[in-house]
Amino acid sequence: MANYSTNEFRSGLKVMLDGDPCSILDNEFVKPGKGQAFNRVRLRNLKTGRVWERTFKSGESLEGADVMDVTMEYLYTDGEFWFFMEPNTFEQHQADEAAVGEARQWLKEQEPVEVTLYNGTPLSVSAPNFVELEIIETDPGLKGDTAQGGSKPAKLTTGAVVKVPLFISQGEVIRVDTRSGEYVARASKS
Amino acid sequence: MNDWRPSADLDVLRQRASLLAAVRAFFDRRGVWEVDTPLLAAHTVTDPALEPLIVQHCGGSERPRYLQTSPEYAMKRLLAAGSGAIYQIAHAFRDDEQGRWHNPEFTLLEWYRPGLDLDGLMTEVADLVLPLLGRQRSQRFRYRDLFRETLSLDPFTATDADLAAAARRCVDTGGMTGGRDLWLDLLMTHAIEPVLAEQGVVFIHDYPASQAALARCRWLDGVEVAARFELYIDGVELANGFHELADAGEQSRRFAADNRVRRERGLPERETDGYLLAALEAGLPDCSGVALGLDRLLMVMCGAPQLSAVMPFDWQRS
Repeated sequence: MANYSTNEFRSGLKVMLDGDPCSILDNEFVKPGKGQAFNRVRLRNLKTGRVWERTFKSGESLEGADVMDVTMEYLYTDGEFWFFMEPNTFEQHQADEAAVGEARQWLKEQEPVEVTLYNGTPLSVSAPNFVELEIIETDPGLKGDTAQGGSKPAKLTTGAVVKVPLFISQGEVIRVDTRSGEYVARASKS
Repeated sequence: MNDWRPSADLDVLRQRASLLAAVRAFFDRRGVWEVDTPLLAAHTVTDPALEPLIVQHCGGSERPRYLQTSPEYAMKRLLAAGSGAIYQIAHAFRDDEQGRWHNPEFTLLEWYRPGLDLDGLMTEVADLVLPLLGRQRSQRFRYRDLFRETLSLDPFTATDADLAAAARRCVDTGGMTGGRDLWLDLLMTHAIEPVLAEQGVVFIHDYPASQAALARCRWLDGVEVAARFELYIDGVELANGFHELADAGEQSRRFAADNRVRRERGLPERETDGYLLAALEAGLPDCSGVALGLDRLLMVMCGAPQLSAVMPFDWQRS
């Protein structure tokens, strides 16, 4: 991979740091009048998700990281690995639990998801911001009770549990915001 | 494509014009005259922390010319020739300096005062900037006191290891290595400047002799200090002043020391400016001088979020 100097650090650039692939979020040039210039850089470790700030001497460089975001179709899980396929090449990739992370509870078979590949293997999986999933278990719905607040837990086909309004019943398909894990609306029946 | 438009609002550019007029009126009242020296010259500075922009082909000559990083050398030649007090509003160029507070081409206000010491010059800088900012007072701190109070560390007597440890406590530096001045600069930018952000208009003076640049040095309380100050406004570095080094021999030694550092760092060495050394030989009057970033001053005056918002066309659009 190419090397990148501090003055080429841009938001979104992927670099190797301490052996881990990282994404640059922010880069600030600082200089004390006379003397050494520095770059104060905010980064996200793409393996651990940790966001932190590191300072470099201006002009230092880092090796680029072989990191790519690819849209793939989620196939299935065997409990240990999660399998994804590139729609153009039909090439399959398996991701372990660490890579799938929180996205695991929102994965729906045959749906597209963003898989981040590092040196060709899945590093992380991002669920779409919104998913539509069927409720397989919840307390019986209270008919007509649409105005009142209050909620109850509902279990979805993926195993995720979200809070839904009291009027929602088992077997319904709901729209969920995966970033907050919150119920958004009933999905329109097609 | 909207990039042809200025990066600053026209209202801000009118404010810029008023600032230039106010600066000229200030010096006119004080009998300091305006000069206008070349931007493109045969020599550049040796400072290892400054990289010039270089023009490779000048009239078919093989010798490059350098866009000036400040008008300092040319102005000192005028002083040695007997100009008396002079000022200049000059564009200056520094390669690779780009960010919220930096643009590779920027505007410096630089002036020299024969017969004035550093105290007198700090007073004059305050006389200029306080009314422009609508502020009442400025403060002065010794570099040493600032480190002692903020970090409980004496920047003159602490060991290099102590300085490195203190820097690593406030900043993730990875595997950064360097000498004493690197750690001092890191502490200044990462630990002291955030404190200055709360302090309004601040002069820091009596820097370590190793950071003298072109200032003369003296002994103070058992340590060697540089007669140099920096002006900070709300934590933003705005001006650098020296009681100017006038000794040609010492100047020549500092040039050589800079080039040694350049060699060690794998940077190109710079041919020393013979005109400046000859002018110092002929005799530079005892004087103090200061360079102030006019774009940054305007930025603070109108509360602009970044330098590009006070320049007609920033680096991306120039």
